[in-house]
Amino acid sequence: MTGPGLIIESSPHWRDKDTVPRIMVRVLIALSPAVLASIYYFRWRAVLLYLVAAAACLATEAAFFWARKKPISSLFDGSAVITAVLLAMCLPANLPLEMAAIGGVVAIGIGKQVFGGLGHNIFNPALVGRAFLAAAFPAAMTTWIPPTTLAVDTATFATPLADLRFHDALVHGTLASLKNLFLGNVGGTLGGTSALALLIGGAYLLVRRAIDWRIPAGVVASLSLFTGAFWLAAPDRHASPLFHVLSGGLLLGALFMATDYVTSPLTSSAKWVYALGIGLVSGLIRLFGGYPEGVMYAILFMNMFVPLIETLLRPRILGERRRR
Amino acid sequence: MKRRTFRRGIHPPERKATAGRPVERLPAPEKAFVPFLQHFGKPAIPLVKAGERVFLGQKIGEAAGTFSSPVHSPVSGKVLALDLHPFPSGTPVLTAAIENDGLDTRAGDPEKPADPFILSSETILQKVREAGVVGMGGASFPTAVKLAPPPGKPVDTIIINGCECEPVQTGDHRLMLESPEEILKGAELIRLAARAGRIVFGLEENKRDALESLRGSVDGRAVELVLLRTKYPQGAEKMLIQALLGREVPRGGLPFDVGVVVQNVATAKAVWEAVSEGRPLTERVLTCGGPGIADPKNLSVRIGTPIRQVIEFCGGLKEGAGLVVYGGPMMGLAQSSLDSPVIKSTTGVLAFPEGRPEAERACIRCARCVDHCPMGLMPTRLARLARFAVFEEAEKWGTMDCIECGCCQYICPSRIPLLSWIRLGKNRIAARKSGKGAA
Repeated sequence: MTGPGLIIESSPHWRDKDTVPRIMVRVLIALSPAVLASIYYFRWRAVLLYLVAAAACLATEAAFFWARKKPISSLFDGSAVITAVLLAMCLPANLPLEMAAIGGVVAIGIGKQVFGGLGHNIFNPALVGRAFLAAAFPAAMTTWIPPTTLAVDTATFATPLADLRFHDALVHGTLASLKNLFLGNVGGTLGGTSALALLIGGAYLLVRRAIDWRIPAGVVASLSLFTGAFWLAAPDRHASPLFHVLSGGLLLGALFMATDYVTSPLTSSAKWVYALGIGLVSGLIRLFGGYPEGVMYAILFMNMFVPLIETLLRPRILGERRRR
Repeated sequence: MKRRTFRRGIHPPERKATAGRPVERLPAPEKAFVPFLQHFGKPAIPLVKAGERVFLGQKIGEAAGTFSSPVHSPVSGKVLALDLHPFPSGTPVLTAAIENDGLDTRAGDPEKPADPFILSSETILQKVREAGVVGMGGASFPTAVKLAPPPGKPVDTIIINGCECEPVQTGDHRLMLESPEEILKGAELIRLAARAGRIVFGLEENKRDALESLRGSVDGRAVELVLLRTKYPQGAEKMLIQALLGREVPRGGLPFDVGVVVQNVATAKAVWEAVSEGRPLTERVLTCGGPGIADPKNLSVRIGTPIRQVIEFCGGLKEGAGLVVYGGPMMGLAQSSLDSPVIKSTTGVLAFPEGRPEAERACIRCARCVDHCPMGLMPTRLARLARFAVFEEAEKWGTMDCIECGCCQYICPSRIPLLSWIRLGKNRIAARKSGKGAA
């Protein structure tokens, strides 16, 4: 019992048990219902896309760690795998595998590592990869196959949002039913099809407090309000807010992409502004833009404003006079 | 019922294993080491020389002005030396080494007022100051200064702090169970000294038995006993005022600014003993515990007792214990020497096993530090600004409002030493303000 040998450290001396890898595992658990749903609907195509994306993301991450002389152990913090799963989830099931691989390289390389790696990127890496693919391979990225559970004419097959936007599905009465949208029995990206599976995973994250409820709530509320206003004004020309919430990548984006810690704001008030912005921009693109789907660009667009929103909305410090 | 509390904060494991163990008296040390600085402010001026005989309770250091406090001998015996000695903060401090003759001889009978409750505010304050009473919850601010509101800032409410929100510690809990009468009488004297209207007594939900004990001793006094939610840092002044009264101490202000004085339960007891018995502060209750201590206990310890002796009385350090802390696991000071003495603000002597250091990861902006900061700050931003030496920005974002409770660093899943960076920012900003440049 002598002096030397005692550790000197500053307080606090205790730490919570939770760590970054544990959080990442929780996100992967939450994604698993949607992964399983996509495998159910698209079978081996889905499996291949997940595997290729994961291999590309991990290899790119490893190459950057090697080049920057960083410990390779960080490869297993789970973040690159999450990026890979999210990237694959926003791809069409029949996308050529080499394109998926390119998407993975761009997502990790350009979306994450050039900014300095985990925690330093401005844009959601998976969406950077997806945006690159949409620009580089526009035809392949908008060619859809129906889920194996749906018997339809594959030649003219499109997503429900494209049906709505380009094929006047509302007028012809050929729009996908809400039930099929909810279960995922529609065309679309791997992860954007089954609203049910996404909601199960999202509920898990909310219960575990791994994501802030304000972001999905804000996104869904603002998209519903925006599309709802048009629907109420002209229900014969516009789809219902529920259709918009359940279709495309809205739930995937609201629950799993907009909530990405690194690229979303820190404070509650800034989270509201960010989430409302995503819903609004998604609605604008869907109703008036050149694309049937706009969630991806809406999130990337709002990612850009995160530092600004945070700076403008500094939270009130205890004892500070309420402003205005 | 939903208990009152403050916003945000954390709930670390409580680990208050010693809550059921009555306070034992630690035998007086053979040699006491009494630092002349045991309070916030200037060190006391020594009144004794090496070789001089001193009585138990004799004043051996005089307060050096208002922001200072006298110190008294915890034993009777002979002053061996005045020299620099290891001190809890890490920097050695001028300390009187006193050899205990084991007789506990007092200088004479202290003055005991017949009815302490009819004394004037000035008399109470004078007795509190003379007895060297300082805040015993850890801050060690001279109590007489804290009880004298500046002109134009009347105090309407006295808050007695029985939260003891630090994990492991149970000394205040035991005091409330064993000496409720003295605490409540002390609280009443504090109320009279500060000319306040009422007393609100706050304690955490995990000390329900203490509430019952206090309730039995209220005896018609105007004391409101309030159970608060068990949450850290409930016992921090600003959090406690917010929880009990819904008032917010203004930024950079003091509890005076919202008409409040907060005093810890141990301080209230010390005030009672100082005023009613003329007894100076030379002994205090603390918890010696934590997973690194063989037989954890609550102890009444003479000021100046080396912590080595406190730990030995509790069965010594367990195999693998490598961290010894003054105070609690959240805000305590790690010690490099077991020769450091117990001082007036020592709420606990805790020992923990040597933890494996975990690698720091990059901030993933999970916002937990923001969601748990009781002051409403953005710790990750403050830490980053300090790291990049942008101290003006760091000040703008509220670095000086940080109360150093450690919630941010506790909760951080990336194991970033957030509070260390924020402390660096605070030091640099303070140094710049005092015109001395970088300290």
